[in-house]
Amino acid sequence: MSGSRLFAHQFRSDLVRFWRNPQSRYFTVLLPIVFLVIFEEIFKGTTIVDGQRITITTFYVPGIMTLGIISASFVNLTQAVVAQRESGELKRLRGTPLPTGFVIGSRAAVGVVVAIVMSALLLAIGRVAYNVPIPYSTMPGLVIAVIVGAASFACIAFAVSTRIGTAEAAAPATNLAVLPLYFISGVFVPEGQIPKFLHDIATVFPVEHLAQAVRGPFIHTHGAGISTTDLLVIAAWGGAALLIAARTLQLSPRTS
Amino acid sequence: MSEPVIHVHGLRKSYGEHEAVRGIDLEVARGEVFAFLGPNGAGKTTTVEILEGYRSRDAGEVSVLSEDPASANRRWRSRVGLVLQSCTMPAELTVGELVELYAGYYLHPRPTAETIELVGLTGQRDARTRALSGGQLRRLDVALALIGDPELVFLDEPTTGFDPSARHHAWEVIADLRDLGKTIFLTTHYMDEAQTLADRVAVIVAGEIVAEGTPETLGGRDRAISDISFVHPAGTALSELPDELTSVAQVRDGRVHIAAVEPARSLYALTRWALENDRELGDLTVGRPTLEDIYLQLTEAQEQPR
Repeated sequence: MSGSRLFAHQFRSDLVRFWRNPQSRYFTVLLPIVFLVIFEEIFKGTTIVDGQRITITTFYVPGIMTLGIISASFVNLTQAVVAQRESGELKRLRGTPLPTGFVIGSRAAVGVVVAIVMSALLLAIGRVAYNVPIPYSTMPGLVIAVIVGAASFACIAFAVSTRIGTAEAAAPATNLAVLPLYFISGVFVPEGQIPKFLHDIATVFPVEHLAQAVRGPFIHTHGAGISTTDLLVIAAWGGAALLIAARTLQLSPRTS
Repeated sequence: MSEPVIHVHGLRKSYGEHEAVRGIDLEVARGEVFAFLGPNGAGKTTTVEILEGYRSRDAGEVSVLSEDPASANRRWRSRVGLVLQSCTMPAELTVGELVELYAGYYLHPRPTAETIELVGLTGQRDARTRALSGGQLRRLDVALALIGDPELVFLDEPTTGFDPSARHHAWEVIADLRDLGKTIFLTTHYMDEAQTLADRVAVIVAGEIVAEGTPETLGGRDRAISDISFVHPAGTALSELPDELTSVAQVRDGRVHIAAVEPARSLYALTRWALENDRELGDLTVGRPTLEDIYLQLTEAQEQPR
């Protein structure tokens, strides 16, 4: 099999496994949709973001898209990598002719692809159910934000996986990392309602910058919609994580 | 004679202060079933993982299929099949899907259906792996090791945790592999497994090979030292036995074993002692020591001084 066919062969199988896994289906696919509906139904009116007055419905579409991207490319991916490592599957695969880069790259690609599909799905639900306009003029900026965000969070997933020793610890550890950040990074709560010191803490981490980068194209519909600074911060996190992962990624189970 | 499939000379590996493998030599010929025995912590897994290309070594020569496993490439990997100790399978895939997936990794895979048939899982082909029993999972593991049509197969404790019928089925599969001309490197805790399957056996204890040979000749098993054994009479010390027997007697698993060079003479001394002292020799047997007896003697003798 040629390299690209071999990668596609592995990717197809990883995608099937993602979809057949109940945890993936409920937490990564269904939960962001439920969150979008709940937030859109509960909160009404307008809010001020980046000095612009926007409707709450418009606020929550990019907010929950951010959550959807991180769920797929970070939370779910970290859990999958730790589970595959601890079950001995990665070790077994290393004993086959399949290049290790394909094993890791294929599973990362599933996270990125699901992140993109979830973004599109949430965008469509926002348009159909809550009349949130799709930002056609700034679409390139939105697409870039989604892809850079998903790829960077996938790198962070591999780095974080090296710090988690058991499959049981992966879900609480990843959720504990992102849930508080969602609240202080303008995903669940508009920035203006967050105390300054909490928001200052949030700006250190990539969640806030991804939320900004995804929201920008919905608010600033006249320019390119690309928030260069935010994307650079996210990419820097991703790059640093990739370096850590490349140096410390383990394929053999910790517990043996 | 053709080049050996596995050639190891002076292999050493330490973890910090602990010397796990202390300069061992091994040779496995093409088509041979080689059993590698040893207690836990003896350096067995370390050695196997070096041969499989999972671990680096500190010193020594290692050649597996004429290449150094430490610099294993894809071509070499496609010639080697591995059954590791753990056997967790992706729960979301069926047996057929998983075997197809692995077939795609190899340059010249065996036919999928035939391989599933070989390990006796044809009836489970469309079942998700989570529906399989422990024995079936292990056989699926074997199928994944064979799908690339390897020349050399490593089986690391392939039947640990099996019930007797599953073990016998697994033995049939391994015997089939030998008939296909594969070279098999087997590690096991079970002496009957080595006895049934192996052409040659090596025993590693505390990082050193303490015996090597066929199951029939290992540790002088063929040199006609008979094993006289009986149920250990309650309250009897070995020192009460006749003088000529105490030095060659051992208690194992509630039985007294006497390693007798001249069984007729030893039996005469034993039975005379029993009659004179009014002792019963329950379940008295005379036989050649089993491979397990030899193995226990070897491992206990080596481990005691430490």
